[in-house]
Amino acid sequence: MAQAELQSDIEVTIPSYRSTGIAGALQSLNRWPFLSGVILSILVLVAIFAPWVSPHDPYANSLRARNTPPAWTEGGSLDYVLGADVIGRDLLSRLIYGARISLMVMAIALVTGTIVGTALGLIAGYFGGLIDEVIMRLVDIFLGLPFVLVAMAIAVVMGASLTTMIVMLALLTWSGFVRNVRGEVLSLRERDYVALAKVAGASLPRILVLHILPGVINTVLVIATLRSGQLILAEAFLSFVGAGIPPPTPTWGAMIADGRNYLRDAWWISFFPGLAIFLTVMALNFMGDWLRDKLDPRLRQLT
Amino acid sequence: MRAFILRRFLTSILTLMGAALFVFSVSRILGDPRVLLLPDQAYGITQEQWDDLARQLHLDKPIPVQFGIWLGQVLRGDLGRDLADRQLIAPKIPQKVGPTLKLALSAFILSTLIGVPMGVFSAISRGSVPDYVGRAFALFGQALPTFWVGIVLILVFNVWFDGLLPAGTMGEGFSIKHYILPTVTLSWFGAAGYVRLVRSAMLEVLDSEYVKLARAKGVSSRTLIWKHAFKNAAIAPLTLSGLLLAGFITGSISVETVFAWPGLARFGIEAVWTNNFTVLAVLVLIFTAAFVILNFLADILYAFIDPRIRYS
Repeated sequence: MAQAELQSDIEVTIPSYRSTGIAGALQSLNRWPFLSGVILSILVLVAIFAPWVSPHDPYANSLRARNTPPAWTEGGSLDYVLGADVIGRDLLSRLIYGARISLMVMAIALVTGTIVGTALGLIAGYFGGLIDEVIMRLVDIFLGLPFVLVAMAIAVVMGASLTTMIVMLALLTWSGFVRNVRGEVLSLRERDYVALAKVAGASLPRILVLHILPGVINTVLVIATLRSGQLILAEAFLSFVGAGIPPPTPTWGAMIADGRNYLRDAWWISFFPGLAIFLTVMALNFMGDWLRDKLDPRLRQLT
Repeated sequence: MRAFILRRFLTSILTLMGAALFVFSVSRILGDPRVLLLPDQAYGITQEQWDDLARQLHLDKPIPVQFGIWLGQVLRGDLGRDLADRQLIAPKIPQKVGPTLKLALSAFILSTLIGVPMGVFSAISRGSVPDYVGRAFALFGQALPTFWVGIVLILVFNVWFDGLLPAGTMGEGFSIKHYILPTVTLSWFGAAGYVRLVRSAMLEVLDSEYVKLARAKGVSSRTLIWKHAFKNAAIAPLTLSGLLLAGFITGSISVETVFAWPGLARFGIEAVWTNNFTVLAVLVLIFTAAFVILNFLADILYAFIDPRIRYS
């Protein structure tokens, strides 16, 4: 109540960089990532309802449809809106099923990595000492490894599969959380309410989860969103080089690889999956930037 | 300063050891290394040969001893054999370092030349069209899959503009032209990082008291931007250079695949296709070493330039 009254009394002038014209339009786009929201919603819906929305079976090949160009170009047909690949599979259907794979893999890896990274950050920050030292050196080592090559090596040893991919991406994710979470916990643990909780006899897990975790959750959310785009890119790249989910499962990265040798005759095979990756990552990054400004502007300097 | 260097040096060694331990455990713990070394699940191998191989690879000794033996071999330059053609790996490496290094260096130069000025202009024209061009360039660079950018560039400059620029190194008559598409592809990502970092560093410095004072004193805006502000704003991006060069390592894997560039990364890709674990293990070690050394040098440089770092 008192706060609401205060706000109406005091006039705060915030230096504004709002401009008009093109720049202004671009700026309002940045303030509320409407376009990102739309792209991501469509993507998620399409991925969930893939069997109903995709016009063809993504695995069904047809010799007659080989290299059919997109509908709006010469020789294209509405039956294959984005065209067909070298063995006559519908590109749009494969893109839709590819979205399913990409989003699922990304989500599982992201949630796993986020939980592990946050937990380790909490532990390192709260306990300090030797535990902290060990966890932080581990983070240093992981951040110092050339991830893509490591992932390729793991794929060779474990065999490329959906599970391998999720494990590799989770390995990529967790290290990004530890340092920031730890930093926040270092200051949170000195707060009075934590001391009070301790005096009141709260158990250790209770203090960590109920009292400290809420203080870092904004940071975690922001980092997770900013990481999600990188995971999509990493998955696509590993699938592209053949260290990802094996064919014939449609993945965006593998689709780009499929079309590489047919650029002269069928540019669309490689082009559209790349566009899909780009739009997805762009939307996720915009979302992350926006969330960061909303929830945790301090992170701004880090990225 | 000496304490700082020593501390960073020890961390670097630790990271290298970590990488070595990682490579070792992936090959020993995730599976029997003999299965990786022998073709076709060791079909047609007698029990005697199987045990013999175990002795050869020191598998009969405890794991820590195995690690010691393996590390000793690696340090002496014995990197094992390529599983594809049974040749030693070590002699194959030097001829592949050159192309990768040349590509990474040209991309580094190009992205610095584009990214740094773009970041500065973006910051000084905050909120207007040039700023949005700079930021869009940065956003695109970080959201576009590098390998796809390469493919699209090939599509446009090689296929549509029939052979205007070569799409790779295959074929005769290797010239400077072959560098254009791979370098541009690789530079975009790095330049994007520079724009973001330089922009935010410049904005922070431009907002500081000493810049305001200089402005009030009537220093010309050119001197103000490049001499007063940029000199300080450049410190943060400098540490990025180390990370950036490391980013080129990952980037070079994409680019070397797409453009058939005969470098280290291409060697790694071929190793994936042939399930060639030993080659990948060696590459992980080489790239980690490069990464660690670059970061170490960047940190030293950073501490040398900015005394606040050494004492923190």
